[in-house]
Amino acid sequence: MQNGAQIEYDYSVAKAFTFSTILFGIIGMVIGVVLAFQMAYPELNYLAGEYGTFSRLRPLHTNGVAFGFCLSGIFATWYYVAQRVLKVSLKESPFLMGVAKLHFILYFITILLAVVTLFMGITTSKEYAELEWPLDLLVVVWWVLWGISIFGLIGIRRERTLYISIWYYIASFLTVAMLYLFNNMEVPTALVSGYGDWYHSVSMYAGSNDALVEWWYGHNAVGFVFTVPIIAMIYYFLPKESGQNVYSYKLSILAFWGLLFVYLWAGGHHLIYSTVPDWMQTMGSVMSVILILPSWGSAINMLLTMKGEWQQLQTNPLIKFMILASTFYMLSTIEGPIQSIKSVNAIAHFTDWIPGHVHDGTLGWVVFMIMAAVFHMVPRMYKRELYSKSMMDTQFWLQTTAIVLYFTSMWIAGITQGMMWRAYDEYGSLVYSFIDTVNVLHPYYVIRAIGGLLYLVGVFMFAYNIYKTATAGRILDKEPANATPMAA
Amino acid sequence: MFHWLEQRPFFFAVFVFVFVAFAGIIEIIPDFAKQSRPVVGTKPYSVLELTGRHVYIQDSCNACHSQLIRPFKSETDRYGMYSLSGEYAYDRPFLWGSKRTGPDLMRVGNYRTTDWHENHMLDPQSVVPGSIMPAYKHMFTNIADIETAYAEAYTVKTVFATPYDQDIDGDGEIDVPLGTLEEAKASALKEAQAIAADMKNQAVKDAVANGQVPEIVALIAYLNSLK
Repeated sequence: MQNGAQIEYDYSVAKAFTFSTILFGIIGMVIGVVLAFQMAYPELNYLAGEYGTFSRLRPLHTNGVAFGFCLSGIFATWYYVAQRVLKVSLKESPFLMGVAKLHFILYFITILLAVVTLFMGITTSKEYAELEWPLDLLVVVWWVLWGISIFGLIGIRRERTLYISIWYYIASFLTVAMLYLFNNMEVPTALVSGYGDWYHSVSMYAGSNDALVEWWYGHNAVGFVFTVPIIAMIYYFLPKESGQNVYSYKLSILAFWGLLFVYLWAGGHHLIYSTVPDWMQTMGSVMSVILILPSWGSAINMLLTMKGEWQQLQTNPLIKFMILASTFYMLSTIEGPIQSIKSVNAIAHFTDWIPGHVHDGTLGWVVFMIMAAVFHMVPRMYKRELYSKSMMDTQFWLQTTAIVLYFTSMWIAGITQGMMWRAYDEYGSLVYSFIDTVNVLHPYYVIRAIGGLLYLVGVFMFAYNIYKTATAGRILDKEPANATPMAA
Repeated sequence: MFHWLEQRPFFFAVFVFVFVAFAGIIEIIPDFAKQSRPVVGTKPYSVLELTGRHVYIQDSCNACHSQLIRPFKSETDRYGMYSLSGEYAYDRPFLWGSKRTGPDLMRVGNYRTTDWHENHMLDPQSVVPGSIMPAYKHMFTNIADIETAYAEAYTVKTVFATPYDQDIDGDGEIDVPLGTLEEAKASALKEAQAIAADMKNQAVKDAVANGQVPEIVALIAYLNSLK
């Protein structure tokens, strides 16, 4: 191929992953809304017998959103972004094409099996690592396939220097691989004893050690699934969509290496006041605060990319999604460190403030950024104009309202709960019984559920808009240079 | 130097890995040995208790209940002595939880009875008015899987030297017998009979009399062991 000639990119795998992003997003978030309503109205636990209780559905929600929706989004953007910034088409390598297709198929099967097994109550009980060992092995297989795809495409690239987004995808791949392998070390009991369920296993680690490994994994898998690849996305899609260069290369470098160096320590903040050694709890706390620097580094780099071009916010709702995502990233990465301070943690830990924190990060940052990426990619993959700008704008405001309802109610609920647990009267006895601290939360649970429902409506609008774009959008004769064209 | 790295994917990946991995190495490895030493008096779970633990995990009770008492007066007043690392030496996996929608259960065996748990699982609101916990009626009919629990106990005994069939406290008696599958099943049933004797549900009593162990019996055995 001649220099300067147009490369014809292959989007078949990116399209497949975009489809599963939307599918699992809807499934995961519908379950999330059901859970939210169950906490406000417990009668809703009996919609599906033993399979419909809060406790059975909760791992399905977290796995569905993290590993169904979010990972699909990451893979979709990888198969789109990588070809473009590495200046190479998947078509050029039948091997890498085969790897990519197999990656999608095995991934999709795994998530479906995960849904079935979690419904059945087959779980290791470790948060974000609930899948039993046969599924873990399957995960390892397609994770390796993704790695082959990453380094394969890099190997045949035409662009000598790796763009920032690629750095983040590499970091995500390597780190999650390490974390996942170590945390999921299990001994299948049927293989050792010859008795019992073949899929059952027992953790390699016991008690405090198990907790230590689990939260070293738990916090950081979230970081390297919910943070790092999403930064990869915003580094590509925001400059592309706005037509602006990334504000500062130096800041990009500082933020990237800083994040890698500090991030893994932060897992210790899940174990403050637990039975792991004090120095580790302190390190977790201190490093979490230091982590503000690289996190805000990326976010500020993105916000400043819009310098002089802020009027685009008025004309392009896609930019709004990304800028709000960056802003929520800043909110979430200052909130987390605050919760990691020991005295704050003493109140916040075990309360609803924690799901509040997780959700302003996921709903505001992760989901907004992935939706923005899909909005940007779909017109280019299907060569069609975005179906409706006004629907997108409505969706934006609806979901922003929803997030505010969600996190404010959970902040109040969490702090209320934390304060009530520790309240003493003048005679030195506890003021409240535990159930008092549950009952007082009812109104906040209702507000949270309404927020979740509004957000879900926005997701349906998103899915409809994307579906109509792919099937009924006006055909584009040539690819837009930056701002995605959209119909009124 | 960073510009140099950005053009060399292999070295770039190596650098990334080193940057990321060092925290784990420093943080995790040094304390591993120390953290697994059991506190005096800590014993492995009996097969029936382990079966109940599986029921607890299967229904993700840990999604709403913690098993970790923090060293605050408000928690020790409410739940009992704060947790010690060695108390968890035989917990695989750990079940600390991350959210308290319901109270902590680390020492629930000290202040709740078989009878209370039975009512609680059948109709939570009957014992705790205003509770938002769902009822777990299926535990009264589903039969617990003792064989898988035996497989687990056998595995931890073989692979991790968990002291089954041993005299742990030095009084000349075996503290937690495991034996063969048949022996384990027989002693699990015996334990189950003792628990069912304190229960009211006739279907459960009948099942145990017929040599079967409903999930609720195993779960209560586990909850009673949490002290």
